[in-house]
Amino acid sequence: MKTQVTDALTAVKEIADGDTVLVGGFGMAGMPVELIDALIEHGAGDLTIVSNNAGNGDTGLAALIAAGRVRKMVCSFPRQADSWHFDGMYRAGKIELELVPQGNLAERMRAAGAGIGAFYCPTGVGTPIAEGRETRIIDGREYVLEYPIHGDVALIRAHVADRLGNLVYRKTARNFGPVMATAAKLTIAQVSRIAEIGELDPENIVTPSIYVNRLVEVPL
Amino acid sequence: MTPSLEKDDLARLVAADIPEGAYVNLGIGQPTSIARYLKPDSGVILHTENGMLGMGEVVPAEEADRDLTNAGKQPVTELPGAAYFHHADSFAMMRGGHLDVCVMGAFQVSADGDLANWHTGAPDAIPAVGGAMDLAVGAKEVWVMMTLFTRTGAPKLVPACTYPLTGKACVTRVYTDVATFLLTPDGVRVRDTHGIGRDELATRLDVPLL
Repeated sequence: MKTQVTDALTAVKEIADGDTVLVGGFGMAGMPVELIDALIEHGAGDLTIVSNNAGNGDTGLAALIAAGRVRKMVCSFPRQADSWHFDGMYRAGKIELELVPQGNLAERMRAAGAGIGAFYCPTGVGTPIAEGRETRIIDGREYVLEYPIHGDVALIRAHVADRLGNLVYRKTARNFGPVMATAAKLTIAQVSRIAEIGELDPENIVTPSIYVNRLVEVPL
Repeated sequence: MTPSLEKDDLARLVAADIPEGAYVNLGIGQPTSIARYLKPDSGVILHTENGMLGMGEVVPAEEADRDLTNAGKQPVTELPGAAYFHHADSFAMMRGGHLDVCVMGAFQVSADGDLANWHTGAPDAIPAVGGAMDLAVGAKEVWVMMTLFTRTGAPKLVPACTYPLTGKACVTRVYTDVATFLLTPDGVRVRDTHGIGRDELATRLDVPLL
């Protein structure tokens, strides 16, 4: 389907109450702040958010949590020096937490995007994370069965797109973006510039356009 | 007797033990400081789990690039020959056994190399695991850098961890302010001591020392 170039509020308008939203970024690097601002304005709530952290400071994901729109966080590292909005909600019992080791978070979304039904992984064997989970010994090593994480929507930030939706990223802001783009039914990318078709080097495309449904240009 | 090691001395000691040309992940907190003591000609290449090989040093806020951080979200530089990759690739590198060494902090390490460094188990604590479990199962060598005793004097090298585990039988070395321990198939070997005698060390630990 042809990638739409649109404004942030139009891009997020179909996000519904109760949706699972994959939110890119590692801390603030790669976080699609303007798309999250649009989601707050749009008003959907009761969301499950999948993101590495649970908000930093007062903007982006932290603002979404502060606005009371998040029912559940699926993340690897919620507690940080500047995660006060999540900490407060969690201690008040207003937000649920599913803690996932960071590599599992990435690989479970990769599996979702690649049509993999489940996979065995050594991470967490012998720890509380693996308690009650299906395990299997393969070639003498123990593994835990991990299931994919599918998103209804992915909100990511890339550096430059072309009009088809091919994306390139910048430095460590790439982080979860390419994986999340594959794992959601609707992927919305915020980029600092939209280039003409043919302007980007095909050898350097990180996320091919097939994974991107909507583009929102937010100049730096 | 030499005095116990200050944090920077401990970082220097670990840095000197990292083999030339190794691919290394330094955990958040104290292990990050090891980077300052790596010799420029050592050829050591630093991996950061948020998607980079060839990470440079931590820089002050005025030189920060918001798109370039380490795993602790501090601004860093990129070195010539650096490479960027997404999170699934980064953790494939970690879990696929491609990293030579990782160094992490710890609450406790057991004599068998079990690692506990993500959760105190306190009911009001908000747990955060990050990439620690992936490093524990994936790096060829898992080294720990910590103080040997808590503020109340309880040893952190123990017969069995009481805190929730990060990984089982993964730690091969423990660098502390007062001694370096090699966790071998034969048991715990003391490699060097700093400001403490071997007899006192043996008395204060519940772990048999070789």
